[in-house]
Amino acid sequence: MSRIETTFAQLKEKQRKALIPYITAGDPGLEVTVPLMHAMVKAGADVIELGVPFSDPMADGPVIQKACERALAAGTGLRDVLAMVREFRRGDDRTPVVLMGYLNPVEIMGYERFAETCQEVGVDGVLLVDLPPEECDEIGPLFKERGIDLIFLVAPTTTEARIARIAEAASGYLYYVSLKGVTGAASLNVEEVAARVETIRNLAQLPIGVGFGIKDAQSARAVSRVADGVVVGSALVNQVAAHADEPMAITPAVSEILADMRAAMDKP
Amino acid sequence: MTQRPDSTQTPDYGAFPDARGHFGRFGGRFVSETLMAALDELETMYRRLKDDPQFQADFDYDLAHYVGRPSPLYLAERWTEQLGGARIWLKREDLNHTGAHKVNNTIGQALLAKHMGKKRVIAETGAGQHGVASATVAARLGLECHVFMGEEDIRRQRLNVYRMKLLGAEVIPVTSGSRTLKDAMNEAMRDWVTNVDDTFYIIGTVAGPHPYPMLVRDFQSVIGREAREQSLAQAGKLPDALVACVGGGSNAIGLFHPFLNDEGVAMYGVEAAGDGVDTGRHAAPLSVGRPGVLHGNRTYLMEDDNGQIVETHSVSAGLDYPGVGPEHAWLKDIGRVNYVSADDQEALAAFRELTRVEGIMPALESAHALAYARKLAPTLGKDQDIVINLSGRGDKDILTVAEIDGINF
Ligand SMILES: Cc1ncc(COP(=O)(O)O)c(C=O)c1O
Repeated sequence: MSRIETTFAQLKEKQRKALIPYITAGDPGLEVTVPLMHAMVKAGADVIELGVPFSDPMADGPVIQKACERALAAGTGLRDVLAMVREFRRGDDRTPVVLMGYLNPVEIMGYERFAETCQEVGVDGVLLVDLPPEECDEIGPLFKERGIDLIFLVAPTTTEARIARIAEAASGYLYYVSLKGVTGAASLNVEEVAARVETIRNLAQLPIGVGFGIKDAQSARAVSRVADGVVVGSALVNQVAAHADEPMAITPAVSEILADMRAAMDKP
Repeated sequence: MTQRPDSTQTPDYGAFPDARGHFGRFGGRFVSETLMAALDELETMYRRLKDDPQFQADFDYDLAHYVGRPSPLYLAERWTEQLGGARIWLKREDLNHTGAHKVNNTIGQALLAKHMGKKRVIAETGAGQHGVASATVAARLGLECHVFMGEEDIRRQRLNVYRMKLLGAEVIPVTSGSRTLKDAMNEAMRDWVTNVDDTFYIIGTVAGPHPYPMLVRDFQSVIGREAREQSLAQAGKLPDALVACVGGGSNAIGLFHPFLNDEGVAMYGVEAAGDGVDTGRHAAPLSVGRPGVLHGNRTYLMEDDNGQIVETHSVSAGLDYPGVGPEHAWLKDIGRVNYVSADDQEALAAFRELTRVEGIMPALESAHALAYARKLAPTLGKDQDIVINLSGRGDKDILTVAEIDGINF
């Protein structure tokens, strides 16, 4: 069983939901990321989505755009992100790490070399925002061979026929994008999300994480009632931005938000 | 006539892209999931209307009566004589309503938007020509229009910004990244994801996710179809060479596509070399870039070793783009089209020369094509013909040229 499968299975046994924080690797500096990952696990994270910075983050709102700019200004490339995962694994061989980003940096590294390095350093899943299942003929098998999960988005606009096709190509979990928009957009509508998650469940066996628009403990709790996992990104990256000049303050600020979410999600 | 090593391998150019939008290894549909349904819907609608005689008749009517087509194929006699080689013909897209080829495409996409019942259109723009052409068709159809434009381009092209405002469009300054065309396109994509239900995204060139490179090419191919007929009628034969500037590549593919199966017609796509292709300050991905994925398709890009897109430079805002349409990437790889470049200085010199010799002031984008043709003409015989796509008029660039001349209004 992969680390991601194991994690969701264990949570299910304990009747808990996954808390999945997103941060952009190398924001605001390369040395910040690995300690922050460990701190997030301590504060209650079950899976970590680690953003690979890209110069043209088309699916992201201003908060994560700026995070990408800070990370790139600090010199963060895909190789550095992979090195961070290797370092993280020295202190944590249990928490799944999913790399999230755009296809182009992977294209330039080469699919084969990327897949090999992911396996070697301990990456568990990869979510490439601009890579739909239709374009996965080449990269899909390279990941499958190595037991790395290819995670896909499902959107409010995704038809049922497509959901079924995506579920076939995906492993690990499905990431339901709660709203039409970019990351960090306005709040989600929990009832709509609940109805869509129900539809997805009827078409797919995989656990379902929900992201976009989860801002605080209250929305995290509400979503955890209907989904298997809660993804939180911009709310955390906002804290990184607020403390970019005093990196020592980043970890406590991010941890506090996560701990609140964890508590709200676990409350009966 | 150029002989191909194995003529059985000549592809049927009309058969591309394939069903999934690929031109060989290029093209495709690389977008986030939210947009997949909208692109499917657009493709279905386009495939249906493309062969619908009524849709084609509406399109042709607008091109004739609103745009003013056919545009003339003009023999530049004085310039021909001065260069002392092949006869030079200018395909006068500068004479279109709004002053550039861009309107051929916006007429077509606006018709699609109308059929799809969309009330709001968005567009990205660099030089402002596509923004103006979008604002124009939106005004005519009573659609709400938002145009995304990089801050740097707003400064360079303030005349066009004001034109768009007069036409009732809202121009939204883009302050992220390099503040030019690529960033405007990012921002337009973000808007589209957010307002996908009621919004039609009018992409201004043969880039973006499938089906855009195909449908923009089809709408722009009127340029080449006319030029082919006009050449036969006016020169009595097909041209020996075609020359067009390449930003995203829409005016070039529009001219080239109807000639691709004519093996004797050589083609030159001219990229912007900016300060020079070896200075790093240019916009010539086909000349010195490498394949990657940006804005929904796989193509040649200007990027660094980490796969980050790098900033481009060109005196002409409309060529200041780090990518290029995927069909060009494919035509480069199979060797059908030659991709070359002209730098800022050469383009400015050609701008001045055509203005003085023929009384035609070209857009700085088009001046890149003129600059290359200027070198090509003397290498050909006097009985040979070159058709240059004069993609737009230069009025919008007068302030830029004046600034270079040290004149401030
Ligand atoms: C007059 C003119 N020519 C050429 C271009 C470049 O675009 P494309 O390569 O799509 O023709 C532009 C773009 O703004 C333009 O305004």
